[in-house]
Amino acid sequence: MAFFVQNALGGLAYGGLLFMVAAGFTLIFGLMRVVNLAQTSFYLIGAYVGLALLGDHVNFWIAAVGAGLVVLVIGVVTYGGLLHRFHTKDLTTLLITLGVSLILDDAALAIWGGDPLSVPSPAHLTSSMTIGGAVFPVYWLALFGVAVLVGLALWFFQQRTRFGAIVRAGVDDEEMVRGLGVDVNRAFYVVFAIGAFLAGAGGLLGGPITGVAPGLDGDLLALAFAVVIVGGMGSLSGAFIGSMLIGLVDTFGQALFPQLAYFTIFAPVALIVALRPQGLLGRKEI
Amino acid sequence: MRWRAVLPWLFAVIGVLLLVLPLIGTPEYVVTLATLMLIYGIAAMALDILVGFTGLVSFAQGAFFGVAAYGVGVATTEMGITNFFAVSGFSVMLAVGLSVIVGLIALRAKGVGFIILTLAINELMWGLAYQWVAVSGGDNGLIGFVRPELFGISLSGTDSFYWFSFGVLAITGALMYLVVRSPFGLALKGIREQPRRMKALGYNVWVYQYMAFIVAAFFAGIAGVLIAYYNEFVGTSILNLAQSTQFLIMTILGGTGTLWGSLLGSGIIVALQNVISNYTMRWEMILGAIYVAVVMWAPEGILGVAQRLLTRRRRGRTAAKGVVEVRPGDEGTPQEGKG
Repeated sequence: MAFFVQNALGGLAYGGLLFMVAAGFTLIFGLMRVVNLAQTSFYLIGAYVGLALLGDHVNFWIAAVGAGLVVLVIGVVTYGGLLHRFHTKDLTTLLITLGVSLILDDAALAIWGGDPLSVPSPAHLTSSMTIGGAVFPVYWLALFGVAVLVGLALWFFQQRTRFGAIVRAGVDDEEMVRGLGVDVNRAFYVVFAIGAFLAGAGGLLGGPITGVAPGLDGDLLALAFAVVIVGGMGSLSGAFIGSMLIGLVDTFGQALFPQLAYFTIFAPVALIVALRPQGLLGRKEI
Repeated sequence: MRWRAVLPWLFAVIGVLLLVLPLIGTPEYVVTLATLMLIYGIAAMALDILVGFTGLVSFAQGAFFGVAAYGVGVATTEMGITNFFAVSGFSVMLAVGLSVIVGLIALRAKGVGFIILTLAINELMWGLAYQWVAVSGGDNGLIGFVRPELFGISLSGTDSFYWFSFGVLAITGALMYLVVRSPFGLALKGIREQPRRMKALGYNVWVYQYMAFIVAAFFAGIAGVLIAYYNEFVGTSILNLAQSTQFLIMTILGGTGTLWGSLLGSGIIVALQNVISNYTMRWEMILGAIYVAVVMWAPEGILGVAQRLLTRRRRGRTAAKGVVEVRPGDEGTPQEGKG
């Protein structure tokens, strides 16, 4: 029982941090057809920047927002400078983001070095809790809670605001939205900025669980792929469900088959691709 | 002279130059680099069968390359196989076997989904190599095997291993050339251009794409065997993102759909990496910049640009559309979910 509770909670917390990365990934793809391979590099940079802010005695949550904002700037520059003009050319933008991710990784290595760093939990959440005999850090629950809040906020933004309506319309029929005189380009920038911000803030928020080290982004990228393949490319709720599923599978996998841990996430991915290639909540034409 | 007429002579000159490279007083480290270029070239050319001829952009090439290299390490150091051909056969089959499974799954997805799945396979293989310490040696990798002796000739020397790699390249290159010129290769081209029409003509598009995927993995496996013996070491770095995606940039940089362009691309990347590494530690950053620059300004690759310039000079028109610019929704993966 304790084993189950422990890993279930760990899995949800891990799913929470995956969602911080995957939400932006799926939104950006859904609207702009840009497969942003730099998304987990944004996470990595966010973690390093956040850690640097913590070193200056900035409050943990403010540091997370600060990291998010720094990455947001990087993201918007990347999008405006390199990606926007290749709109609709999905392969071109994919390769550019791959190049950007190599550049960002190497920049992180140059600035912060190659040693793995650990990120402390926020001061008021360092204690542990006990449920059903399982002892776990309170921070796990907090991280899951943050992911739920972010998910709800994004959902509200997408479904209940005028801007969200433009984004949804842009996903469905971009040309028509343009034809109606709506500035879709602004939506592109805003969505890319949101995605980058979430990944950057997620870097520090997830830091207490993942730590920070070169190569972390590649690790997370495979998991983010798994999330969007399972959940369906472009679907926000799919990303949430996928994140939690992959978080749980990965955590239980690490516990049960430590040597093959990374490989266990392949099982649900293969199953989904075989039975439902568009993902659980994805749409057919993607 | 016409472009088409120059080409065979150009190849002949380059071929002879490559053949006699160790004999003309070339420094040893240049021969070592040239060997690396040939090995990467084999895998990159094989990738071109997929990217340039079939229209399938795959990132999994590095995974097959890496898995075959690990196959050499595992077969020699852990299974105690000493016969070179047995080791090679085992390792190449490992890559082919993986591609048989991966192809089944990845080709279910369309367009970008296929690309993402092949990229994910790469990361999965990296994770497996990193964490399955009992087999892969984890972070330490596998060490303790040496270059073989073939028909009484030791391949341990720089020159002999260079010629061996050159021989393998010549044979595999010729085979790949035959593949793309065969009816099978022509069908692949048709699928690249018009998957739906090919389907209407009665071609089983999925089977052709699947076969191309496996063929590419087969040659990547051969290159993987070479790289293992080249380094006499296999480690996780062979499967990291920058390493395993480099084949795609080699192929694009040289010019997709040309086969030989990939060899050129491999040569350029290897040369740049070594020249630049003399001055700075930041090779990966520069590689990233090369990705961005090539895709933005020369998507048709060097051969494509050269061809365009020559054609323009001769006939005053622009030609040579980059293969990278795949039309949305027409990437060549099955258009209908069931294939």
